[in-house]
Amino acid sequence: MDIHEYQAKEILAKYGVKIAEGGLAYSPEESVQRAREIDGNVWVVKAQIHSGARGKAGGIKICRAHSEVKEAAEELLGKNLITHQTGPAGKVCSRVYIEAGTDIAKELYLCFLIDRSSECIVMIGSAQGGMEIEELAETNLDAIKKIYIEPAVGLQDFQARDMVFALGLEATQLSHAVKTIKGCYRALRDFDANMLEINPLVVTGSGELIILDAKMSFDDNALFRRHEIAELRDKTQGDSREVAAAEYGLSYVGLDGDIGCMINGAGLAMATMDMIKLAGGEPANFLDVGGGASAERTEKAFRLVLADTGVKAMLVNIFAGINRCDWIAEGVVHAVKNIDMKVPLVVRLSGTNVEEGQRIIAESGLPIITAGTLAEAAHKVVQARNEVVAGGR
Amino acid sequence: MAILITESTRIIVQGFTGKTGTFHAQDMINYGSNVVGGVTPGKGGQQHLGLPVFNTVKEAVTQVGAEASIVFVPPAFAADSIMEAADAGITYCVAITDGIPTQDMMTVKNFLRRFPIQKRMVLTGPNCAGTISPGRAMLGIMPGHIYMQGNVGIVGRSGTLGYEAADQMRSLGIGISTSVGIGGDPIIGSSHRDILQRFEEDVETKIVVMIGEIGGPQEVEAGIFAKEHMNKPLIAYIAGLTAPEGRRMGHAGAIISSAGESAAEKVAALRELGVTICPTPSAMGDTVAEVLARM
Repeated sequence: MDIHEYQAKEILAKYGVKIAEGGLAYSPEESVQRAREIDGNVWVVKAQIHSGARGKAGGIKICRAHSEVKEAAEELLGKNLITHQTGPAGKVCSRVYIEAGTDIAKELYLCFLIDRSSECIVMIGSAQGGMEIEELAETNLDAIKKIYIEPAVGLQDFQARDMVFALGLEATQLSHAVKTIKGCYRALRDFDANMLEINPLVVTGSGELIILDAKMSFDDNALFRRHEIAELRDKTQGDSREVAAAEYGLSYVGLDGDIGCMINGAGLAMATMDMIKLAGGEPANFLDVGGGASAERTEKAFRLVLADTGVKAMLVNIFAGINRCDWIAEGVVHAVKNIDMKVPLVVRLSGTNVEEGQRIIAESGLPIITAGTLAEAAHKVVQARNEVVAGGR
Repeated sequence: MAILITESTRIIVQGFTGKTGTFHAQDMINYGSNVVGGVTPGKGGQQHLGLPVFNTVKEAVTQVGAEASIVFVPPAFAADSIMEAADAGITYCVAITDGIPTQDMMTVKNFLRRFPIQKRMVLTGPNCAGTISPGRAMLGIMPGHIYMQGNVGIVGRSGTLGYEAADQMRSLGIGISTSVGIGGDPIIGSSHRDILQRFEEDVETKIVVMIGEIGGPQEVEAGIFAKEHMNKPLIAYIAGLTAPEGRRMGHAGAIISSAGESAAEKVAALRELGVTICPTPSAMGDTVAEVLARM
């Protein structure tokens, strides 16, 4: 789960990390009010969306008068911002963060993340902040410092100092910089974050160390014990279908194709989508219904898939292990009858109680196309989709 | 010989008396697995499914000689159960639980490394379907009847995609020595590479099928191991050609987050390493048959 920049900054400030003075606003008037509360004569209006690279997309505006703050907020609020991280659909900006302008002398990069290879938290830093780390990794790998943190003992002072000097900071900044680095690590650990990226971490003209942007991403599996983080979820930033799916306990990812899918198991779901593509079609979604697929759950999954009006045909592929094909078949028949389905449906069942499942489908009298193998299922659904398109429906 | 489990392996179930634990313990017993008891803290001394229940894993080890365990404990407590098994001297543990926090798994792996390698518990999972040595023993939640006994080793992250592979092979009359589910989480007990090493050492296994997916560096690391240390042929299928970057595809670990993690990049790297690529998920059985025919 991702959170907004201002939320990440609020968390980090509690760990002794310095941030610029700022406040949140939902309207242009509130934005001006926030600017009035902040000393100085330069303000930055920042669109709060779950994406990096906001600057390039016009989501960050530097203002030198309250009237400019108002204009910037008017422009950003309600706007759909498209960055290379949001995808073509973009993300809607419904809140802006007004921050005091910072006198930047130097931009640095600092990031903590769970490294899958070493199975521990790695701290990554570079004296060349501001640009994206992927870019830097390609052009100048030597400029990146990586420090691995032993999980049982945690981040030690000598490691933090090692990073401070790698970032090229002065001896006078040492103690505050160590405190900043350790605070970030502590926040990541305490809240079960997977990733905390500060880009840039800046040195101001007066030599202060301030985090100018912060991105935090949390482990969904740990939200059960991090209620204060779960409450920060901003549903406007997620695909509405994915939000609805999560409420049903289903795993759904919306895609650009027109063949709807309902499959059990993430691996089989990805493989089935690959098969659809190889057969000449494009999947409309990834949907894992999981283990205990009851009739109710099956119907919800059907509704979710078919809520995408672009879907021209649907494929159900179930390999029953804990599940039983007869239960799934009953759920499918029930769902089709309840929903008044208008697109062709291909069902492939395999595994536990498959004969019984096939009998239920056959005896239902519904126009369900059945398939015996994965390949057959993919070809049949692509064919059905092509017939719908050719029929001009 | 098969790997990791045989008919004589003495198995206990952690989270024995819960609904899920009970259901799958019975299923494993029906399959012929040598289940000798289970652990549910606070219920020690009771009988469940005609077997003894223990308060701790240590008791199960000393009293009924438990060697392997399977964990059905809920996510919030599962990491603790895995570490308890390791501490008690269990040699092989399968963690079925889906949803264990990543930082908990970081702690588990760190804990396991404290044991000298000869005494270190082997862990597979979490978030996996378990391990089966067909015709001998099942330590998992898979439908046992779709697996035929034979000489092909299977290692994969996904449960149902592993079933698909076993089923395709059975329909061609090809059997399996052992099938190991390593799980879909970002941090897991054993890697593809760890399991490949065991298959290479197993006399019964003739060829190995690796079923991978998007995300993480593991499949390519396994490919490098195969090139340098394996004499047996390796076949690989990588799921997720259609997966968009930066989106989590069901499994917590199935997310393309850096270069080299997409299905296409993994396939290219594995091909370069001399691994036989299975082009489509429906051709897993046929590809194995072709490789077997050439041997």
